[in-house]
Amino acid sequence: MKLLFPFLVFIFSLNTVQAQDAATLVSKLKEKLQKVHDYEAAGVLKTDVAFIKAPAGKIIVYYKSPDKFTLKRQGGISILPKGGMNVNMASMMSFDYLAIDAGEAIVNGVNTRVIKLLPKDETSELILSTLYIDPLKLLLQKVITTTRSNGTYEMLMSYDKYASYGLPDKMVFSFNTKDYKIPKGVTLEFNDADKADMEKMKNKKGKVEISYTSYIINKGVSDALFK
Amino acid sequence: MWKIFNIEVYKIFRRPRTYIAFAAITALIVIIQLGLYVDGDSYVDFLMSGLKDSFDFQGKILNGYLVCYILLQLLLVHVPLLIALVAADMISGEANMGTLRLLVTKPVSKTSFMLGKFLAASFYTLLLLIWIAFLALAVSTWLFGTGDLIIQKNVYVVQISQDDVFWRYAGAFAFAFLAMLAVTALGFFLSVFSENSIGPIVATISIIIFFTIMSTMSIPLFQHIQPYLFTSHMVNWKEFFDEKLDVSDNVIKGSIQNVQQLYNSAIVLGIYIVVFVSGAIIIFKRKDILS
Repeated sequence: MKLLFPFLVFIFSLNTVQAQDAATLVSKLKEKLQKVHDYEAAGVLKTDVAFIKAPAGKIIVYYKSPDKFTLKRQGGISILPKGGMNVNMASMMSFDYLAIDAGEAIVNGVNTRVIKLLPKDETSELILSTLYIDPLKLLLQKVITTTRSNGTYEMLMSYDKYASYGLPDKMVFSFNTKDYKIPKGVTLEFNDADKADMEKMKNKKGKVEISYTSYIINKGVSDALFK
Repeated sequence: MWKIFNIEVYKIFRRPRTYIAFAAITALIVIIQLGLYVDGDSYVDFLMSGLKDSFDFQGKILNGYLVCYILLQLLLVHVPLLIALVAADMISGEANMGTLRLLVTKPVSKTSFMLGKFLAASFYTLLLLIWIAFLALAVSTWLFGTGDLIIQKNVYVVQISQDDVFWRYAGAFAFAFLAMLAVTALGFFLSVFSENSIGPIVATISIIIFFTIMSTMSIPLFQHIQPYLFTSHMVNWKEFFDEKLDVSDNVIKGSIQNVQQLYNSAIVLGIYIVVFVSGAIIIFKRKDILS
């Protein structure tokens, strides 16, 4: 009994230290990302959802600190998953949170620290965000986010030329899709759907892939672009 | 035959009835365009309601290409009724006016006479479709601009890049012409049997309505005969607006998902045209012309 109390104190203080480490690592990452005030990035967007046949298209992404973000497809229409497509890294951590260390994991062949961010605001749209951070290069390799209205989605990043800014060259956004079926009266398609097509639609995981070809960083982006 | 064709075209366009179809189509297209121009976004919201819960669409969904697709979906079901007004009157109209006997006394074979008349009716059908193409595609793109085309099928959505759309419309209109030609041939065939225009016009319209209902109902008994009904194939112009995917699920630009379906439908429609026109000629050649 005499030994139990010091043991509990030790465990508690260890957790506190780990929590501080986690918070420090997230803060460092945040600081790195906040060096980017704005950017204009060109890339290619590919939507891979079982029930959407969409061609890959050239896009331009605009970001302005703290939370302005827009994606424009050149002359076309871009289809993006609702709510979750907050492709800017810094804004993923732009809320009041509690950081909890959740161990280590390997992502894309890189050793990462797993840190769970819990929002302090109980009414927040975000429920939980799990970050997989490369502690050596201070790069966010993967994020799993659970929201109230848009479910859980995952972002996987890979870095190359713009790693020093914490900006990815490729980003794969995965999400669960709901059933898609609309009345024939709306589509005016009276033929029954092909059984093979129906089987294919049962794959409920959707993906949006953005491959960036270039970034123009901290050169100023007009507010008019976000209207 | 060329001379008969010219005379028949002249006669078709001398009749006020001919212009009913052009006026009806103009009125319909203009009213739909006006409605979409004023409150098109609400309509698009309704169309996309199944998807907008899960996805954000950035860009101009309501553009001239989508408006044209909406118009064709609505109109190409009803255009056969307008074609019947002229095609089913080609022979019966002459019989009704008492000019048929006079016409066949001319030194022209009955086959040439019939083919000339059928070609004239086909020319009317072609002009009607060109008019639809002008209003639905040219005017809509002028009013609403161009952009990617997003189409909803029963179980999936197709997005077609704007630079990949125009040739699909050209193909769809060519296919629609073939489908409407089958209707022209049906009306023309029925016009041989009657000595007044009302009977063949009503009969053509009734057959189209009857077959269309059979083509659209998912009852197993009907599903066995649906592949043989020309009305099942008339709507296959929509096949031009579906794309193929490669092994990595990437859209193959400039591709058509089910080319074989288009070929099959074109063959079935072609057979119907040949059977109706040949049938009309054979029956006319054997018929005693008494009026």
